Amino acid sequence: MPVIELSHLQKSFGEVEVLRDISLSVDKGEVISVIGASGSGKSTMLRCINLLEIPSGGAIYFNGKNIMDKGLDLSEYRAKVGMVFQQFNLFENMTALQNCVVGQVKVLRRRKDEAEEIAREVLSRVGMLQYINAKPKQLSGGQKQRVAIARTLAMNPEAILFDEPTSALDPEMVGEVLGVMKSLADSGYTMIVVTHEMSFAKDVSNRVIFMDKGVVVEDDSPSVIFQNPKMPRTKEFLSRYFSC
Amino acid sequence: MSTMSFFEKVWFLIEQYYPLFITGIAVTMLIAMTGTVAGFLIGLVVGVVRTIPTSEHDSIIKRALLAVVRFICVAYIEIFRGTPMMIQAAVIYYGIFMGVDININIAAFAIVSINTGAYMAEIIRGGIISIDKGQTEGAHSIGMTHRQTMTSVVLPQAIRNIMPSIGNEFVVNIKDTSVLNVIGVAELYFQSRSAAGTYAMFFQSFTIAAVIYFILTFTVTRILRLIERKMDGPKSYVIYGSQTNPAAEIHIDKGGV
Ligand SMILES: Nc1ncnc2c1ncn2[C@@H]1O[C@H](COP(=O)(O)OP(=O)(O)OP(=O)(O)O)[C@@H](O)[C@H]1O
Ligand SMILES: [Mg+2]
Repeated sequence: MPVIELSHLQKSFGEVEVLRDISLSVDKGEVISVIGASGSGKSTMLRCINLLEIPSGGAIYFNGKNIMDKGLDLSEYRAKVGMVFQQFNLFENMTALQNCVVGQVKVLRRRKDEAEEIAREVLSRVGMLQYINAKPKQLSGGQKQRVAIARTLAMNPEAILFDEPTSALDPEMVGEVLGVMKSLADSGYTMIVVTHEMSFAKDVSNRVIFMDKGVVVEDDSPSVIFQNPKMPRTKEFLSRYFSC
Repeated sequence: MSTMSFFEKVWFLIEQYYPLFITGIAVTMLIAMTGTVAGFLIGLVVGVVRTIPTSEHDSIIKRALLAVVRFICVAYIEIFRGTPMMIQAAVIYYGIFMGVDININIAAFAIVSINTGAYMAEIIRGGIISIDKGQTEGAHSIGMTHRQTMTSVVLPQAIRNIMPSIGNEFVVNIKDTSVLNVIGVAELYFQSRSAAGTYAMFFQSFTIAAVIYFILTFTVTRILRLIERKMDGPKSYVIYGSQTNPAAEIHIDKGGV
């Protein structure tokens, strides 16, 4: 059974149909890169999966259960599907450690000492153990993003969604974040990564999805997408992308 | 008496009437302080209610209920910000409290609280809105509810950011309690007028009042500034170098607030 399955997912903002008919299935341990031009609906798709946006049509299944059903425990579901944002979205009033503790205590009802222990573990996993007492303002972009990843990991997610996690970073900090993401991929996390980092898409992901104007145009292995894409739109996008 | 100089008259008033001035200070400060705190709490509730998000996916009942509550909040804010507190005091006191046997200072406290609440509601709403939506989404994305997000993430930052405005309301209240003399509250202005009366030393008595008001507001402003600085916490943080050897800790001072 796939961990996440989108079936004819559709999303409109007023008159504008941003996602037209997205069907996609993600198996446990798969790492999927999503590429596509700006405005093609990549972020909207991730936000629908995390229910930050309510889909207008179609269905999203998580471990076989339709998350649009009335009985869904939204908090419990969101804890299982982590999300990492382009702008980090850390809690500015908390230290790195507190950022990783608050969700565990409030949502998962873990004891504070247990939550702090786990927070230390995940922060050490992203190489940020030294900075547990620092507030977001005192950290660089790459460090913030690693704390944001740790905050998600602390919730023991079954899948993690990344929305352009390196796009807001200075070039010299991209590597440290991609490194952490690669280590997560290697240890078996299920990941959907919206990215402009073609090297990550090529080398780390199992599958690459090319989106355009609210539809999935092509969904294949990285080697097919990058070496001989079947669809003309994919070809055109990639040639434009690599020529500039 | 008419041969006395200005300062001699001032001194005379102080010697003669210092108990009046002291009770005036006490009443003014008590009403301003409790009124500001209560007004803050009222404003907090109203501001938080006004920022509860609704979506078209909520039930009709919830949306209708919120719409009614919001309307009441807006009416309250507009009416109390759009009329002078002196009139509010008179209307509330003679209209509502007159028939009841109520301590005048309690009535004054109620009036100042309700008036301040209307201003505070807008200040707090502004503070809430100014916290960038990303943090709210970050909280939602790990499963935190709207209430948890507000109490743990948004309000602590919003309240810190509006501390100067809250302090300003306090200072305004110290001065504006003077209008409560219309209902006979024995605050500082009322007492100064009484002190001036017998010997017609209006200039001297009100000069004393002015100096006292200034000292009060100036001191309060300084104290609030200190509290704000305390709330910001340390500007540096400690690198978690070694748990056993403090010498291995590195203090970093980077930006801060
Ligand atoms: N809340 C919203 N209200 C109205 N329109 C929206 C909203 N969110 C997104 N859109 C529109 O939906 C379209 C797709 O946006 P989306 O952010 O999903 O694109 P994207 O593929 O992530 O692009 P980018 O690479 O620039 O991040 C855009 O045209 C955008 O203007
Ligand atoms: Mg996007």
